[in-house]
Formats: sequence, C-alpha cells, structure tokens
Amino acid sequence: MATEHLPAPRLSAEDVRHIATLCRIGMTDEEVERMREELALIIGEVRVIQGVDTTGVEPTGHSVEGIHTVWRDDVARPAMSVSDTLANAPRREGDYIRVQAVME
Amino acid sequence: MAAPTSDLHYLTVREMADALRARRMSSYELTQAHLLRIERLDPSLGAYLAVTAERALAQARAADERIANGTAGPLTGIPMQLKDNLSTGGVRTTCASRILENYTPAYDATVARRLADAGAVLLGKGNMDEFAMGSSTETSAYKPARNPWDTDRVPGGSSGGPAVAVAAGEAAFSLGSDTGGSIRQPAALCGVVGLKPTYGAVSRYGLIAFASSLDQIGPFTRTVEDAALVMNAIAGYDPNDSTSMPAPAPDFLLGLNDGIRGLRVGIVCEFMGDGIDPDVANATRIAIAELERLGATVRDVSLPHANAALAVYYIIAPTECSANLSRYDGVKFGMSDQDTKGLWPAMESTRRHGFGAEVKRRILLGTYALSSGYYDAYYLKAQQVRTIIRREFAEAFQQVDVLVTPTSPTVAFKLGERISDPVRMHASDVCTVPVNIAGIPGISVPCGFVHGLPVGLQILGPHLSEPTLLRVAHAYEQATGWHRMHPGI
Repeated sequence: MATEHLPAPRLSAEDVRHIATLCRIGMTDEEVERMREELALIIGEVRVIQGVDTTGVEPTGHSVEGIHTVWRDDVARPAMSVSDTLANAPRREGDYIRVQAVME
Repeated sequence: MAAPTSDLHYLTVREMADALRARRMSSYELTQAHLLRIERLDPSLGAYLAVTAERALAQARAADERIANGTAGPLTGIPMQLKDNLSTGGVRTTCASRILENYTPAYDATVARRLADAGAVLLGKGNMDEFAMGSSTETSAYKPARNPWDTDRVPGGSSGGPAVAVAAGEAAFSLGSDTGGSIRQPAALCGVVGLKPTYGAVSRYGLIAFASSLDQIGPFTRTVEDAALVMNAIAGYDPNDSTSMPAPAPDFLLGLNDGIRGLRVGIVCEFMGDGIDPDVANATRIAIAELERLGATVRDVSLPHANAALAVYYIIAPTECSANLSRYDGVKFGMSDQDTKGLWPAMESTRRHGFGAEVKRRILLGTYALSSGYYDAYYLKAQQVRTIIRREFAEAFQQVDVLVTPTSPTVAFKLGERISDPVRMHASDVCTVPVNIAGIPGISVPCGFVHGLPVGLQILGPHLSEPTLLRVAHAYEQATGWHRMHPGI
C-alpha cells in the first residue's frame, strides 16, 4: 500500500469534461482549460499524502468515537406540511414537482 | 440612565445583559442602535447579506416584555447575527451563492431555534465565502466583506461577515461555521474571539452542509466569557443531528476564573517556523511567555504529520462537498434553468450559472478523487492519514493539557492578493485544518498586533475540553486586555 503509484497529475481537457459530466456542471472550452490547470495544481499539492506510510492503518470516516449508526424510536411525529415542503419548488403541478422528461 | 450611544455597540454580551436587566436601556434601544450602526458602516464593510430590521425590532419588543416579567435569560434582548449558511425559517438563506438566491427555509437550524428561544434578537444574515468555501470572503457571490482594521484587506473566511460584524460592533455576537478554520482564522484576522467546538458538541441540523465530517458551528464574540455564554445556549444533544454527542453539555462558565497555574502547554513546533510570518511567530512567542507568567509550564511538542493535514483536507472536504452539493439540481429548490431543453442539459446549465468558480473547482476535485481508479489513492488514503493525525493529537494530549499555535500564518492580506492562486489561499488554513481533521475543539483569542493588524493565538485541547480552552483563553485575555482594542471606524 505504501508503494502505490499515482499517475502524474496531468489532466487532459477530456478528463475534465468527463468529471464535469459526472457532476453535471456545464462548462465552456475556456472554463475547461482553466479548470484543467487549476485542478492539476491542486492535485499536485494533495499528492504529498502519497508519501505517508499508512500500512495497516484503519481509515477514519468521522472524528467522533463511539457514535455509529443512530436510530430513533419508530414513533410517528409531525412532518413538514406539503405546502412548506413545496414552497421552494421551481415548478409545481398541484402537489407535485414538475420536471422535464427523463426519457425522451 | 442610558449608556452613551457611542459606546453601546462595544459593550460585551454580559454588560449588555446587565444593562438590560437593570433597565438602564431596553432591547429595543439596543437593537435600534445596532441597526443604525449597520446602516452607517455596512455599505463599506459588507458584513451582512441581509438585515432583518423589522423582525429584529419585533423580537426586541418581545425581549423587553420577557425582561419586564422576569423570564429573561442571559441572551434575552441581545442583538446578534447568524452566518448565512444557518437556516432561518422565513428568512432568506443564500449561503452567499446565486444558486440559493431566492431560497427561504421552512424551518430553523437548531442553533437558530435555541437562540430565538433564549430571546436573542436576529439582526440579519452574515456574509461568507460561497458555501463556506474560501478563506477570505471574496468568493461570496454578492460582495466581499472587508476587514474593519484596514478595509483594503480581507477579514478572512469563510465566516468573514460574522467576524467583521462582531469586530466592528455591528452585532454583539454571531455564529459561524468552521470546516477547516472558517471561525478561527477570520476571528484572528479581525481581532475577536472565535471558538470551534468539538465535532458533535453543537448540532449541525439546519447548517447547509459543506463537508459533513468536518463542519461545526461556533460563536464569534468580543470576549471569552461571551463565548461561554453563547455556548451555554447552543451546545448539547440534538436528536435531529445523527452525529450529535449524546451527552449533556457542561456549564461553560463554570471554572472560567480558575486560572492556569500548573497547566501544561505544548507549542506545536511544526507551526512556529517555515511558512509562518516571523512577526506572527514572535507575537505568538510573547503570548506563550504570558501563559508561563500566569503559571503554566511550557514545552515543545511535535505533530510530525500536521503538515499533511492540508492535503488530507483538500481531498476529504471536496469529496464530501461534491456529494452534498449534488442536491442543487434545479429540481426541488434553488435556481432552476427552465428554458434549456432536456433534463440533463438544464441541470448542467443551472449548476454552471448557479455556482461560482471556487465551488465548481471543489466539486470537480471531489468528483475526481471519488471517481473510479482514484478512490483508493486519494479518498481512502486521506482517511488513513486522518487516523494518523488523530493519533498524534491524542498522544500529544497525554503529555500536555493544551497545544498552542498561531491561528493564521499571516495577518490579514489584501483583497485580490490570493484569490487567483488557490494553492496560496489554501495555505491560509495550515494551522487550523488539522483541528477539524481530528475533530477536536480550538479557540482563537486576540494576542496583539503586527503592523496595526490583529494576530490570533490558537489554543487546542482534546475532545470536549472546551471548558479548559475557555479558561486558558479567559486568563490570557484578562491578563493582556487585547479585547479592549477596537478598530477606529
């Protein structure tokens, strides 16, 4: 594990477009190019952790010991009203949120 | 007899509460004085994204009634601010982002609710870096905030608005959030007290999420005692936050005046040399000498992996943010492109126009670190190094009671100086980030000036050591009196 290698922090425009598609952020060619340079810099910066020997070290997900999956009692309680829940919806139809067709 | 109006805004929370209780002034007058000061100063300082004047005056009237009928608590009638990533039911909450420009939450964050129940008066919402991503408040989609000690300089970030509001007397106290230093660093740069509590000590319910395993809410105040007063109102178990500590919160005022004789202080040597401005390091050394004079014993302590914390942070925070911010899709709430045809193109357009450059950069970075082929090398590795950093802190706290470092490696920098250089901006957080990685509490307390700009001393302790941190910071503050210095505005 300590000897694993990362590809050099060289990103192609294609890589950036692929990531942008995964997280659904539209980008112009110019934005792709700027982001490519900036991401490469930051990835270069964070790669220092590759030098840390983590053999046999357990990962930490969050920092509080003793708290695991928390359950509450299965008791009904008042929830937010439909009108409050939908108050910020960009487009409504009755008590539904209207979205564009998922499949064309 | 009314206190002189010119001084009202720099009274401490405690002094304001005493004056209200003694009927030397009303909350209505106090609130009005703050609203006037905001009106006068904020066009040049930018501490507020929204001022809720009418609501504030109504809350002040209600507070005055509570004071009159004897049901007031220590925060009743005290005018305060909340950072704009804390949900306020019926009050717009934007996170300083275009994507939430017209978003009005239907519910209160737990901290907002607890302060309202305590009778505190909400003056408005604090400016910040967009989605709390930044160290200068320059990534706010609306306007930058400016440092009241020198308005050509940044107040720090991401909770720049809260730091400025408290430093300039535009609020008696404020709440911010701290994911990698976003309370402590702006507190240091503006010369006020900022406390990042232990992860889980204050409920995150209603805090608009950035990096859920690191985010924590805490107070900005002008004195350490005031921070304890605010903590008494906001800390404690909340069933609505699954990472809330299932233990009763202590009385944070208890033992505040007990002094620090015999306290074991560790100086983190990694944060006293390279990368720290020599004048800032010097101010820190003078502060440490003061702790010694007050009866503490001092030794050097090493945290060999502390310098890797920044890299760990810039993997973990963006990965969590990329997941948290996927909810802004233009479907359920927030900005929504209704003109672009097709579900995915409309979503891509909404997110392109709704998010600023820094937020996009972090979402992309996080998506990259989580994507197939990179997960083990970045995310898993970062979580392992996180374990090592936690252990190093735990070992250090077997030798000493508290650790001290400068809060920020430099004093406030100029607007525009770092905004186009993300790597340099990230370096602003080098001393504060390890604390979030380990989930421990940290406080920044004013410890002097370099070239007329405030310097902060950061004091760290093990999980749930807030009472100790407050006691140390209070002893230092009372011995030095830096809290009596205010910007000449």
